[in-house]
Amino acid sequence: MNARLLPYVLILPVTLFLCLFFLYPFLLVSKQAFSTGAGFTLDNFREVTSYWKFPITMRNTLLLAAAVVPIQLALALLMATMVNRMKKGRDLVLYVWTIPLGISDLAAGIIWLAIFEQSGFLSSMMSGLGLVDKPVNLLTFQNPGIVFLAIMLAEIWRATAIMLVILVAGIGLIPKEYYEAAEVFGASHWKRFLRITLPLLRPSLQTALVLRVILAFEIFAVVAALSGTLFPVLMGETYAYQFDLLNSGAAAAMALIILAISIAFTLIILRVLRVPKGATI
Amino acid sequence: MAQIEIKNVAKRFGSYQALHDINLTIQDQEFMVLLGASGCGKTTLLRIIAGLETATTGEVWIGGRRVDHLAPRDRGIAMVFQNYAVFPHLTVFENIGFGLRMQKLPNDEVKGRVERTAELMHIEQLLKRYSGELSGGQRQRVAVARALAMEPDVILMDEPLSNLDALLRMEMRAELKGVLAASTTTAIYVTHDQVEAMSMADRISVMHQGEIVQAASPIEVYRNPAAEFVAGFIGNPPMNFLPAAPAGDGKWSVAGQVMDGPSSGKPLKFAIRPEDMRPADTGLTATAKVVEPLGAHLLITCEVQGSMFRAVLDSDMSVKPGDQLTLAPQPDRMRWFDPDTTLAVA
Repeated sequence: MNARLLPYVLILPVTLFLCLFFLYPFLLVSKQAFSTGAGFTLDNFREVTSYWKFPITMRNTLLLAAAVVPIQLALALLMATMVNRMKKGRDLVLYVWTIPLGISDLAAGIIWLAIFEQSGFLSSMMSGLGLVDKPVNLLTFQNPGIVFLAIMLAEIWRATAIMLVILVAGIGLIPKEYYEAAEVFGASHWKRFLRITLPLLRPSLQTALVLRVILAFEIFAVVAALSGTLFPVLMGETYAYQFDLLNSGAAAAMALIILAISIAFTLIILRVLRVPKGATI
Repeated sequence: MAQIEIKNVAKRFGSYQALHDINLTIQDQEFMVLLGASGCGKTTLLRIIAGLETATTGEVWIGGRRVDHLAPRDRGIAMVFQNYAVFPHLTVFENIGFGLRMQKLPNDEVKGRVERTAELMHIEQLLKRYSGELSGGQRQRVAVARALAMEPDVILMDEPLSNLDALLRMEMRAELKGVLAASTTTAIYVTHDQVEAMSMADRISVMHQGEIVQAASPIEVYRNPAAEFVAGFIGNPPMNFLPAAPAGDGKWSVAGQVMDGPSSGKPLKFAIRPEDMRPADTGLTATAKVVEPLGAHLLITCEVQGSMFRAVLDSDMSVKPGDQLTLAPQPDRMRWFDPDTTLAVA
């Protein structure tokens, strides 16, 4: 086999797979989004963006991402640093922390619903302790704050581990000698974290953040389980267009809007966390 | 002012005793080399002085201050690491200035000191580069400059030249020695390379199996090894050993030849350096096995009464394998060791 051709031959299967199951459907969705039956049009986009719910769903989605991702990042960094320091039981702790990763997002939503609903653990506990007279439903439209908080908690519980595993791998790759050098040259624990760990972790931080932010814009099942329609998000609206209103053109337009936001944030993250030219990390 | 005192330092890793009761005083501004084969504990001792490792027992004093409970950054030390540990995400300038920034020195002070040290190490044209854009030798210079910029009382070096090629190593050796001699820093330098140790040190501590076997000036270590290990470790080729049987008071029979030696009742080992042998009419009878012309001299591996024996002779001698030689040891260069304790006998 020609050595120059070999790499292309080797990536051919996965390329075909991606073309068939990602690129082709993507083109179909795009076509659907930009047409209403007759020629190219932006009507679908006009329709979804002018709908009164659109700004709310957009705001909710961005707000949730803005509230959840930084907390997850901080938690994941803290947990990764802790795991990395452990001498014994490191793998066990890591496995336990990543259990939520193995649970589907709908199931995760239902687990947290079991805590927050009227007959749930939290309500029963509060009434058992005499804090409230009778079991209360916390997840109602009168308590938008609690609904938001419940969704946040569920998301943090469910999806912090995906960042954690990436960061643990990244931290493990940083040579110990850099920390020793920094220590000898006067850096405290905190300074070593700021001046060594964070900059050298940039490639892993990029991956973790890109992945996590994209997933945050696709949030759907957790929100559906916990809030029903109390807290509309972009993906929920897309679902409603497709399956409730049977308007697949509008659903396709929504999907492309979500894609555009994801790409925009990915570019921002890559730009902000770029490695300076010439530096090798 | 930084004299370093190591008092009864021992280190255990689980059941493995890496260091046994080390006692060593390093004078202010002295260049001390810790020399030994890998696994002898020299790096562990250095790391204990640095504070990167904790001694199981014992005390470390630097400049009259007990430091073994202090963090590395509070010990007034700087260090050059074996793999340099030049931070890849910082420019050469920021690498050299790292310690100064940690001390929160004003910007112009940092700039001044970084530029001064960079000039001293001939890397002033590299200040804007990143580690990945440097050669091994340049990275090494950055690592040394980073340590010197701290103007530390003590500079610790862990095999700093071992990753360089031979020619560069020789060049850096001389340069490092010059730079450190010009400073007022006390230096501890770990190496397994005896040439490095001999050429740079004010004093060498030869370490073996977690103990310091001898701490003395290079020439003393070479001429008067305190133990058989030192005699066999230092010098290339190493010292020759032959069994010696007592032959009356102060007389010893070595390979059939009677020689003057110390007065001792039990059998000893006779030792002589290969270059301290001269062809003569009377002496040890040797059969040449391998002859290696090395240009400046001739290295002859021969056999003396069943023992391997090496001699370094003048290069215009013509010797062929199988030749019989009569080699006389220089009397003032003969050394004697007790085979039981392996220590030198005077």
